[in-house]
Amino acid sequence: MNTVELTWLVMLGGLLAGFVGALTGLGGGVVVVPLLTLVFGVDIRYAIGAALVSVIATSSGAAAAYLREGYSNIRVGMFLEIATTVGALVGVVAALHLQVSVISVIFGLMLIYSAYASLRQSPRPTETLGPDRIASWLRMDSTYPTANGLEHYHVHGVPLGFALMFVAGVLSGLLGIGSGAVKVLAMDKAMKLPFKVSTTTSNFMIGVTAAASAGIYLSRGYIDPGLAMPVMLGVLVGSLGGARVLAGANVRVLHLVFSVVIAFLAIEMIYNGFTGRL
Amino acid sequence: MVASSLSRLTPRKDQRLDELMGELLRTGVLLAALVVCVGGVVYLTRHAMPVTNYQVFQGEPSELRTIAGILQEALALRGRGLIQFGLLILIATPIARVAFSFFAFLYQRDWTYVVVTLMVLGLLLYSLLGRHA
Repeated sequence: MNTVELTWLVMLGGLLAGFVGALTGLGGGVVVVPLLTLVFGVDIRYAIGAALVSVIATSSGAAAAYLREGYSNIRVGMFLEIATTVGALVGVVAALHLQVSVISVIFGLMLIYSAYASLRQSPRPTETLGPDRIASWLRMDSTYPTANGLEHYHVHGVPLGFALMFVAGVLSGLLGIGSGAVKVLAMDKAMKLPFKVSTTTSNFMIGVTAAASAGIYLSRGYIDPGLAMPVMLGVLVGSLGGARVLAGANVRVLHLVFSVVIAFLAIEMIYNGFTGRL
Repeated sequence: MVASSLSRLTPRKDQRLDELMGELLRTGVLLAALVVCVGGVVYLTRHAMPVTNYQVFQGEPSELRTIAGILQEALALRGRGLIQFGLLILIATPIARVAFSFFAFLYQRDWTYVVVTLMVLGLLLYSLLGRHA
C-alpha cells in the first residue's frame, strides 16, 4: 500500500466515523480513534492528535448553524469554558505522562459511557423552577425559541455544573475528544437547562475546549499532517451527511445498531490496553 | 455595523452578535478545510516516500510543531507544511471566537464577562503560544 492509497482509506474511515458520530450524537472524534487504532493500527497518540482537530472542525461548523437559531446560551458557555479549558490543560499534561495502555483503557470506558448516555438521552420536560442566586448574578437566565415563541428559562446548579465541566475538560484533553456526553450531563442534569439549549451550548463549547489542548498536542508532535488531513476532511464531510440524515429520518434502530458496534470497539480497546497490544 | 443593528429592535438582544460569531466560525472552518485540501493535493502529488509508519510514535519534526516552522514550511509550499498551516487556522478559529466575545462584552460594558472571556483567552493563548517542549 502506498501513501495515496492509505490516505484515501483513512479518509473513507473518517467519513464513516463522522457519519456515525453525527447520527448517534457521539461526535466524529470519539468514533475515529478506535477506528484508527484498531483497524489501521495507528499509535493512539497520532490518533488522538488527528481526532482533536476533527473535533474542532465539526463542532465549530455545527455551532455556526446553532448560533443562528438562537438556542446556544453564550454566557453559560463562556463561563463554563473556564472550567473546560483548565481541565483540558490538566488532561493534556496527564496524557503526556500516562502510559499508552492506560489511556486506551480510559478511552474505552469513556466510549461505552458515551454510547450508553446517547441512547438514554431524551428531552426532559422543562421544570419551572424559580431563579437561582449565582446564575442571576452571572446573568445566565435567557430565552430560547419554542413552538410558542421565545420562552424564558432559569439556570441552576452553577457550582456542580462547573465541577462536571472540569471533568469534561480533563477527558477532552486526555483523550482528544469533545466529551459532549459529560457536557450535556452537566448542563441538562445539573444546571437544568432546556434540552436543546444543553446540546447546542455543549457543541458551542467543544471547539474551545479542544483548541485548549490542540496547541500543546501540536507542539509535542502528536498532530501528523499526513494523517490529520484525511481524518479531518473525512470526519467533517461525514458529519455533515450524518446531520442531514438525522434531520430527515427516524434513526432509532440505526442508532442502537451503531451503539452496539461502538461498545464492541470500546471493549476491544480496553482489552488491548490490558494486554498491552496497543 | 454591530452598533447600528443593536440599536434596531431585534427579537433577541444578542441575535446580531450571535450571527456574526456564527459567520466567523463558518469562515474559519471553510478556510482551514480549503488550505488543508490544497496542502493534501501537494502532499499526495509530491510524496514519493514509502508509506509512513504510524504504528510507532515518533513525534513530528520540529518544523511541523512550532508556529514559526509551520509558517516557513507553508510559505515554501510544502504539502505537509500547508496542511499543518490549515490545521493552525482551524485551532485559531475557536480562539478568534473567544476574542470576538471579549470585544462584544467590552462593547456591552459587561465587566463580569469581560473578565471571564479574558481568562479563557489567556488559557488558550498559553496553550497555543507557550513553550511546551
